[in-house]
Amino acid sequence: MERYFTKEHEWISVNGTTATVGITSHAAEELGDITFVELPQVGKSVKRSETLAAIESVKAASDVYAPISGRVTSTNETLETMPEVVNESPEESGWICTLEVENPEELKGLMNAEEYKAFI
Amino acid sequence: MESLKQTPLYANHKKLNALMAPFGGWDMPIQYEGIIAEHKWCRENAALFDICHMGEFIFEGDIVKDGMEDIFTFSVETIPVGRSRYGFLLNESGGIIDDMIIFRIAENKVMIVVNAATADNDFSVIQGRLKGGSFRNITDSTAKLDLQGPESRNIITKIVDPSLLNLSYFKFTKVKILGEDALVSRTGYTGELGYEIFLPSKKVAELWEKLLTEPKVKPAGLGARDILRLEVGYSLYGSDLDESITPIEAGLENFVNFEKEFIGKGALLDQKKNGVSRIKIPFKTNSRRSPRHNHKIVVNGQEAGIVTSGAFSPMLGSGIGMGFIKPEFAIDGKNITITDGKLEIEASICQLPFYSDGSVRN
Repeated sequence: MERYFTKEHEWISVNGTTATVGITSHAAEELGDITFVELPQVGKSVKRSETLAAIESVKAASDVYAPISGRVTSTNETLETMPEVVNESPEESGWICTLEVENPEELKGLMNAEEYKAFI
Repeated sequence: MESLKQTPLYANHKKLNALMAPFGGWDMPIQYEGIIAEHKWCRENAALFDICHMGEFIFEGDIVKDGMEDIFTFSVETIPVGRSRYGFLLNESGGIIDDMIIFRIAENKVMIVVNAATADNDFSVIQGRLKGGSFRNITDSTAKLDLQGPESRNIITKIVDPSLLNLSYFKFTKVKILGEDALVSRTGYTGELGYEIFLPSKKVAELWEKLLTEPKVKPAGLGARDILRLEVGYSLYGSDLDESITPIEAGLENFVNFEKEFIGKGALLDQKKNGVSRIKIPFKTNSRRSPRHNHKIVVNGQEAGIVTSGAFSPMLGSGIGMGFIKPEFAIDGKNITITDGKLEIEASICQLPFYSDGSVRN
């Protein structure tokens, strides 16, 4: 499974035509305690860089952008009542949604783990 | 820009890896472990706050003859020795220059505790209104620690002085801490049982470390403090109160004594007679979304006011806030919309406090 990162601090993990999206540990730490996650509608199609979800923390509200274009196939409903899971495990249990990959070519524009590490 | 001041505990905060940020001209700890965890710890155990940034002044003289009685919205003369009182310093238009607590230390001696950002101005305003007596700013030599939470009595009687067991709400007493003269007051800003400790700055680091050796005590920053105070409906100067807002508009008339003279009284009487153009309201959101300072309040599609404080309340599991609104919309239960121009948060006007199960009067 390949994992990629965006400049807006999302991660995307790709398995065949399905991708899982979340925010990076760095982003979760910067936001502080997360108090609310607005999940996207399942079935919704998004274009790359469009708003996918919204996150609020004790400090600020911020948007989560779609790292690639695709259709939302599932969401992490745990986050509706326990948004703190994003702080506890941003890159595993704190995933936000899955997408059906529309165009795998878009992944080429993203960073790998090493590049992201250098970026932050 | 003037450089930020540091409290005597700056090195202690650094050692704890606190997240520091400017507040009222000081570099203050915002959080250590995390805002929500610190909030919870305060509601369930005992949280220790560095409040050394707040200002302390000492007046010695004749309260009435030297003019101290006519400066604030409340009577100083009638505060019994060993008790404290909350109220305001107003300008001629009734606007709040600052909110403060005054401690009656002796017949002819009071301590005034004020906000950090406003301290220097408060000092010159009060000095300008006094007709005699001695008036000193002791902020630099005085440290303040707040120990707040249901466990705080057990801690303070063990670490500071067993005689504090019977100290009742809004009373204070002189004690010796680490061999120095200190004051301990049963007051706070969290809605929990708690104490405010005033002691010489040179001893505060030692007391801080000693209190933190107790397993039930953890440090908490200004982030948690802001949520704690908002949950019980306390106003924060600079957010909910400022020089353009009167105690009548802020719904704090209880802290104004109209039986006595004070600067700004005429303006307040005028507002009482003719009404106000805005009034403070508390509100809850219908979701986990948080209102934020300066968000707009919309009623029936029309802009009706502004949010002055907002947060996610861990105790309620929803967003809470305070703001000012046109009086005709200030109806308990009324639905309002909070917006930053893009986001719309549904909310409804409610009553204070948001959270009333705290241990403050235990």
